[in-house]
Amino acid sequence: MNNLLLPIASLIGAGLVILGLMFYRRSQHATGSGFGHFLRRNGVFVSSYLILSLLGWIFFMIILPQLYMVDFSFSHNLPPSKIGGPEDVYTTQNYEYLLFGSPGSEDAFNWLHLKVFLRTILAAVVVTIIDLALCYPVAYYMAQSASSGKLRMMALCLLLPFWVNEILRAFAFRILFGSGGVFNNVLMGMGLIDQPVDFIRADVGLYAGLSYAYLLLMIFPLYNAIESLDHSQIEAAKDLGCPWWRVHFEVVMPFAKPGIASGCTMVFMLSCGALAAPQILGGPSSLWFTQIIYQWFNTGGNWPLGAAYALVLLVVCIIFVMAVMRLFKVSFGEIIK
Amino acid sequence: MSANVELENLNIRFGDFHAVKDVNLNIRDGEFFSFLGPSGCGKTTILRAVSGFNDPTEGAIYIGGENMLGSGPNERPTALVFQSLALFPLMSVADNISFGLKVRGVGKVQRRKKADELLEMIALSDQGDKLPSELSGGQRQRVAIARALAVEPKVLLLDEPLSALDLKLREHMRTELRRIQQRVGITFIYITHDQGEALTMSDRIAVMSHGVMQQVGSAQDIYDNPATSFVASFVGENNPINGTVIAAEEGYVSLKTDFGELRGRNERGLQPGDRATLFIRPQNLCLSERGDFDNCIQTTVNDQEFEGEFEHLYLAGDSRNLVVSLINDGAIPQFSNGSPISVGFHSDRAVVLPAGEMAYE
Ligand SMILES: Nc1ncnc2c1ncn2[C@@H]1O[C@H](COP(=O)(O)OP(=O)(O)OP(=O)(O)O)[C@@H](O)[C@H]1O
Ligand SMILES: [Mg+2]
Repeated sequence: MNNLLLPIASLIGAGLVILGLMFYRRSQHATGSGFGHFLRRNGVFVSSYLILSLLGWIFFMIILPQLYMVDFSFSHNLPPSKIGGPEDVYTTQNYEYLLFGSPGSEDAFNWLHLKVFLRTILAAVVVTIIDLALCYPVAYYMAQSASSGKLRMMALCLLLPFWVNEILRAFAFRILFGSGGVFNNVLMGMGLIDQPVDFIRADVGLYAGLSYAYLLLMIFPLYNAIESLDHSQIEAAKDLGCPWWRVHFEVVMPFAKPGIASGCTMVFMLSCGALAAPQILGGPSSLWFTQIIYQWFNTGGNWPLGAAYALVLLVVCIIFVMAVMRLFKVSFGEIIK
Repeated sequence: MSANVELENLNIRFGDFHAVKDVNLNIRDGEFFSFLGPSGCGKTTILRAVSGFNDPTEGAIYIGGENMLGSGPNERPTALVFQSLALFPLMSVADNISFGLKVRGVGKVQRRKKADELLEMIALSDQGDKLPSELSGGQRQRVAIARALAVEPKVLLLDEPLSALDLKLREHMRTELRRIQQRVGITFIYITHDQGEALTMSDRIAVMSHGVMQQVGSAQDIYDNPATSFVASFVGENNPINGTVIAAEEGYVSLKTDFGELRGRNERGLQPGDRATLFIRPQNLCLSERGDFDNCIQTTVNDQEFEGEFEHLYLAGDSRNLVVSLINDGAIPQFSNGSPISVGFHSDRAVVLPAGEMAYE
């Protein structure tokens, strides 16, 4: 373990505590402020409990683990006996490995991993687009056309399947798309094909499984956004000459942009980070980047390398999302709304 | 090409609810036509049927002689100004106005030119780049009208467009609307439950109640010669006196009422024995001693109210107070509450109609 991590972590922890104390002191003077009001309403004991547990949560669950990961990613992979020894110094070799491969290799770049990385991002984009295309009509129907009875029915139908756990769902898809699966049987029964199609190798199962897994995360932000659109605006657009499809492009989608953005962001991020579905549904030749990360942590036993890979994935995903949001002129504040 | 709007035997039902009943109407090209009626009488329903948002259950709608059955709102030569305005909040005022042209594939330069023209017409020339939310209520109102006019409809439909505005602005917008209509010269179909609006702006008015069209005519016509008790009691102030017809001759009927025998015009061919209501307007009732009247009503004073130009007397009537509006000439006596009074009117100022639904609760 490096000797830098502990001081940094304790510094941040101390900072949070000092911040809390400052707020507390201030609140004793300015009781009219929001914080003073909060204190008076809940009492000192309950408020300090609430604040400490919140700060504790942020510190122990979010900041500390990520700091460890960052620390790991810049470390050498050393056996426990050497940790803290003279060889335990910071290095960028893990990141270099992702880019250039092992020092002894012939290729200039680590094409194997970089390709998987790019393919993962691309596949996540495709999954996001599939989900958007599937969910937009449903969300629109639920938000603007359905009666309240139908709406409740649909919400239930959408929610119930998600009680089935992820692994089970993935295997069910595998059976569905397998060479002796339902789809092949139906297609062959109808005489459309005479040989079973290998849906799994073609990654059809993977895309279907991933799209299905994150359906709800797309539908609900979309529904929320479209629901707040005044129906008379849709009618106004029609009245001014829009055919139905144009109403969507000109009026509904621009209005629902924040919802579309937050749905897409969530689906994209989670698809990039998915592990179970690619493991179970991915074709034999296709590897998801998370699977490589998993291998480094697990069978590879190289945590620093795994941490570096995971961080690269995280940072690139964030940058990608920011760039796309910039392109479509959506601000971050709008998404959180 | 003419752009008259014909409603032929129009019936609209929502499930069991009969919202519009047997409406037959021909709205002429270039006319400012109003539908007037209390809330829930089916005005919006008719307008939405004309613009294509709901289909007639029975009957047909013709615009310029063409049956509109099967044409969607985007295919009809109409434009609707919504009760809620429904401006697009994310588009600038100019983009809102030129939206319909954009949809029709008109180029950017031309669009902007047309928007500028319309902005000038609604006196908002320098506000084209603002968002609708940055305008005042009255300005938004005008933008909504300009947006509808931009597509050069043959018929402009307006659903209570002034109801959200305060009184001052509403009165200003009345003249403004009338000016715009005369300038563009197209048919306006205007919906309101405010009779002041309907009377001041319209060429003709249709008065509606519970989905039934009660009367169609000019403002003057509807005010002076109401066709039903509903119209008489809904348009303008009116005093109803109930009774039974005892004699009918030469366009007049005599009515036996709580105040003795009263005479009024017989516009609807009433016969002796019919239940009827006589309507006399507050300004047509005078103090009996001030003239020589055919009809006299002896009753008592309930209240006296000073208004400036007018003074209003509230007298005990047969069902509700009789209102008498006297021009304040400085010689109106003060009545104590409960004191007896005699008021009179000329028979040609009163109209007698078959007893029927009233606009009062
Ligand atoms: N989609 C609908 N389904 C069922 N009933 C409806 C529907 N639309 C309107 N109605 C009913 O039809 C009647 C007439 O409604 P409409 O909106 O035409 O009234 P309106 O005259 O425009 O009233 P207001 O002045 O309040 O706007 C109302 O009683 C209303 O409840
Ligand atoms: Mg209405």
